[in-house]
Amino acid sequence: MCGIVGLYLKNPELQSELGALFAPMLIAMGERGPDSAGFAIYGDEAPDGWIKTTLRQADQKVAWSELADALGEAFGGSVTFSVNANYATLKVKSDEAALRAHLAEHYAELRVMSVGRSIEILKEVGSPVAIVDRFNVRNLTGTHIIGHTRMATESAVTTDAAHPFSTGMDLCLVHNGSLSNHNRLRRRLQAAGIEFRTDNDSEVAAGYLTWRLRGGDTLRQALEAALLDLDGFFTLAVGTADGFAVLRDPIACKPAVMAETDDYVAIASEYRSLADLPGIEHANLWEPEPANVYTWGRESA
Amino acid sequence: MSRTQVYDLANGDVRALNQKLHDLSDADCERPWRVVHPKGAHAIACGVDVPVHVVIEGHAGYYCAGMNQRAHVEIRGNCGVGVAENLMSGDVRVRGHASQAAGASGHGGLLVIEGNASARCGISMKGIDIVVRGSVGHMSCFMGQLGNLVVCADAGAALGDSLYEARIFVRGRVKDLGADCIEKEMRDSHREQLALLLREAEVDADPDEFRRYGSARKLYCFDIDHVDQY
Repeated sequence: MCGIVGLYLKNPELQSELGALFAPMLIAMGERGPDSAGFAIYGDEAPDGWIKTTLRQADQKVAWSELADALGEAFGGSVTFSVNANYATLKVKSDEAALRAHLAEHYAELRVMSVGRSIEILKEVGSPVAIVDRFNVRNLTGTHIIGHTRMATESAVTTDAAHPFSTGMDLCLVHNGSLSNHNRLRRRLQAAGIEFRTDNDSEVAAGYLTWRLRGGDTLRQALEAALLDLDGFFTLAVGTADGFAVLRDPIACKPAVMAETDDYVAIASEYRSLADLPGIEHANLWEPEPANVYTWGRESA
Repeated sequence: MSRTQVYDLANGDVRALNQKLHDLSDADCERPWRVVHPKGAHAIACGVDVPVHVVIEGHAGYYCAGMNQRAHVEIRGNCGVGVAENLMSGDVRVRGHASQAAGASGHGGLLVIEGNASARCGISMKGIDIVVRGSVGHMSCFMGQLGNLVVCADAGAALGDSLYEARIFVRGRVKDLGADCIEKEMRDSHREQLALLLREAEVDADPDEFRRYGSARKLYCFDIDHVDQY
């Protein structure tokens, strides 16, 4: 099981309603994934030369304003931040490598959930209803959002094993399915310098994409390579700075349905998630073909 | 006909609806049913065994109209996975498209899909007749044992893989045939049977434009000379 949902807004006027449109989509996939849920939301872009990072604190209370001040001193500029439950998103005048290295050295107790110009990844253990309330999803705004509801089959129910997984700057992956060759592939990727936090199979798919993209692949090339190297069942949705991509394995046991109107493109594991979107009764509805990379966004991937 | 019974799924659940349909007697079936606001709910109008007419106004979820006997179900929208799975008799008509495994394992009755059906349409069919006005996805009629699959447009890869005795008629292009599925001669008896099915399905297509596919019978009748095909 597991549920995938995604919503990309073509009509900028709907950006203030992104969370309100998305919350029922995520909740509708609760039966497919009651263990944990998460999402990557895009918007509120960092200015040129700055990046955004979303950090998670586990148990201890972090004084986010002190952290912001410290990062401002370390990197220069005035670091702004916003807090959502046990998460905070900070805009820092840095690049990805320098920021990651600095955070790893000085703030090992914090989890770096995402880094990019626009992405924010939030996820926790709990039902989608609880996650929607916890992060006040209905009031979130942005350009697009990818979500996941998890029913664990391959590894433990933990926040680290919840989706989405960050796969690089402004990129994330959600996965419905199970991979059979993830142990061997993980060892290969570890040898190539990719780090893993869990023994989860989906994290390997995410690490695989990170590795391909670092090697210079376009997103489309990386996904086409995944068709050859990932053995198992999958529907994948990849969030990008400008939109999202969808890929199903050639056998296509794992479902996906797409909807498009003048206002949005949406994906879900089941139509139930799309049923409350405005204008859905006149939307173009279809199932993505197996082994075919689909992309939507302001720029093609 | 008596006044239509309307059931609104926005104000009631599927289990209660199905229970009402299960509680009907043959004498109650003059009164047709109309189900509104299905919103992709699963298992609508399943396990019915009276000749009642049920119209579902909108898109249905998984396993719609499965396991039915004698009922007449029309879906005025698309259907999720496994519409009319294990159908025993009666008919199911999908006005839109159907997802994977439409008519899976059906023993009898007629399933008509006016749009396209995706992968594994008619998988393991055991006597059901399926007429698809559009195209079907890959691995359709996989291990089909009995019944007819009629495809008025194209068929995806591995059509009829590991086929038993189900018959396949395709008007358009077949991407490729699965293991042990071959094209067979279209004889007059097949044309007559196909014409009857198309008429029953209310699909306007010329039987002469179809090709017939069936089992080469080399796979399921074990023969040591064909062991390399397994």
